[in-house]
Amino acid sequence: MKGVRHYPGFLAITLGCLFILYAPLAVVAVYSFNDSPSITQWGGLSLRWYVDVFTGPESARFGQAAWNSLTIAFMAATTATAIATAAALAMIRGGPFRGKQASFALINLPLMVPEIVIAVATLIFFSTIGLTTGYLTILLAHITFCIPFAYLPLAARLQGIEGTYEQAARDLYATRWQGFRLILLPLMMPGLISGWLLAFIISLDDFIITNFVKGAGMETLPTAIFGSVKQGIKPNIMAISTLMLLVSIAFVTLSYLVNRKGRPVA
Amino acid sequence: MTTPAPQSDTDAAYAPVARRLLIPTWITIGILMVLPVALMAIYSFLTKEFRGGVIWDFTLDAYDQFFITRGLFGDEPAQIEWTYITIFWRSIWQAGLATILCLAIGFPTAWFIATRPAHTRGIWLFLITIPYWVNLLIRTVSLKFLIRDNGPLNESLMSIGLITDPLPLVNTNLAVQLGLFYSYLPFMVLPIYAAVERYNFTLSEAAADLYASRFATLREIVLPVVKPGIIAGCILVFVPSLGAFLAPDLLGGAKTFMIGSLIDEQFKGSQGNWPFGAAASMILMTLVMIVLLLYARAQTKGGAR
Repeated sequence: MKGVRHYPGFLAITLGCLFILYAPLAVVAVYSFNDSPSITQWGGLSLRWYVDVFTGPESARFGQAAWNSLTIAFMAATTATAIATAAALAMIRGGPFRGKQASFALINLPLMVPEIVIAVATLIFFSTIGLTTGYLTILLAHITFCIPFAYLPLAARLQGIEGTYEQAARDLYATRWQGFRLILLPLMMPGLISGWLLAFIISLDDFIITNFVKGAGMETLPTAIFGSVKQGIKPNIMAISTLMLLVSIAFVTLSYLVNRKGRPVA
Repeated sequence: MTTPAPQSDTDAAYAPVARRLLIPTWITIGILMVLPVALMAIYSFLTKEFRGGVIWDFTLDAYDQFFITRGLFGDEPAQIEWTYITIFWRSIWQAGLATILCLAIGFPTAWFIATRPAHTRGIWLFLITIPYWVNLLIRTVSLKFLIRDNGPLNESLMSIGLITDPLPLVNTNLAVQLGLFYSYLPFMVLPIYAAVERYNFTLSEAAADLYASRFATLREIVLPVVKPGIIAGCILVFVPSLGAFLAPDLLGGAKTFMIGSLIDEQFKGSQGNWPFGAAASMILMTLVMIVLLLYARAQTKGGAR
């Protein structure tokens, strides 16, 4: 039984794969605790670069960038999740209707068009309608490309919920809105949260599109880090990277737990 | 489940309002993505302005500049301009090699994970997907930090005496491929995993009973069955690699210039050429659409599910 599943060397490749994936992150995390201002020499353990991130000469710039990143990600993820929820209801519970195929293609469009093309097109669009690039243009662009990422976990979740629960509510004279708010929404919650978290991370992660539509003087964390890295990798960048790494891991763990907790209900 | 279940009333509870529910999606993606791409198509036929903008005069200049050269002073007979075609060709080549690298590592990994007991699979998958959630820029910078000339990789290889001089990895094609591999590996593992998980292992047992070797079984039985997963994985890696910007920009040098950097340059400052950048984007998008259409056709042809 076990024989046909086993191929020699596959375990080694898997472990090698994990090593390649984690080694660079681990190395940067370790070096972020380096006491030396040089990135090559090891000068003992220290938290000085973490202190530097919050109080050092670049702290104001990175602080502002982090604030922009987090507020944009929060608003973009929330708006995209709301749009995606409505879309998922129509696509999964809407039965057949004209334009369904086209709607499906439209929802997935941001995943199919290469990022750099979206960046170029969005910049040209804002420039043509005369909207000054800045916070608002970043937010609008982020809402758009976050929609499919919020949609996917939501639609998957909704597919797993039987329609009979809501049917029961409607048999008891609940309106469609009451059925949605009191029955379907709580059942959809794990998918909603996963979708929101995914959209939040995707927004926080984006560099290319943001870089095109941010305008002069406006920075998000990735564009600020990119600007610094162009002049060489400095220890404070490694400390920021490690902090962002922790945020990402916290988010993905949260999403995993929410999904797992939600599963037995379906 | 070969035929879809009959539409019952409970599955279509939102039918009366379905199209109204889609209005926000249509407005957002329609105005902020479809319209911009259409506008970009128009821009690629406009005349460039020297301060980095456009003049609304229709011309084929941008495409002409891309494909055709008439010498330095524009008075020689028209010839094919190879500069940009070479950049595109190099990008296709780099993305292709990165895809092969992802497949070579991703397939055994996906297979290994899919053959674990059900309760540990989730943990393995989780470990593979975590890096994907980490900021791409940070991952790329971390990789650069690790493999640079006097970085930890070279230092440790030198200290154990495996090499005497640092391996010049940064600014090479290999670094770019490694960067692309590092960026998109989970996209290869996940679809293959899904395909292997559905694979009926009794097929392998039947082959083994008939004295097929392990690798004959893999080649003749397993690969054809899980092929849709492999193709999906290859597309998911190849397409974003083609237009990638961070990996070639940070890990590569002038010799590894790819489409992403070429387009990026056209929109930076007064040196830019917006119509040319729009034209290069159109050509990139056309390439991607061709790949996706071929994929869709192959799926409908072989997908008698």
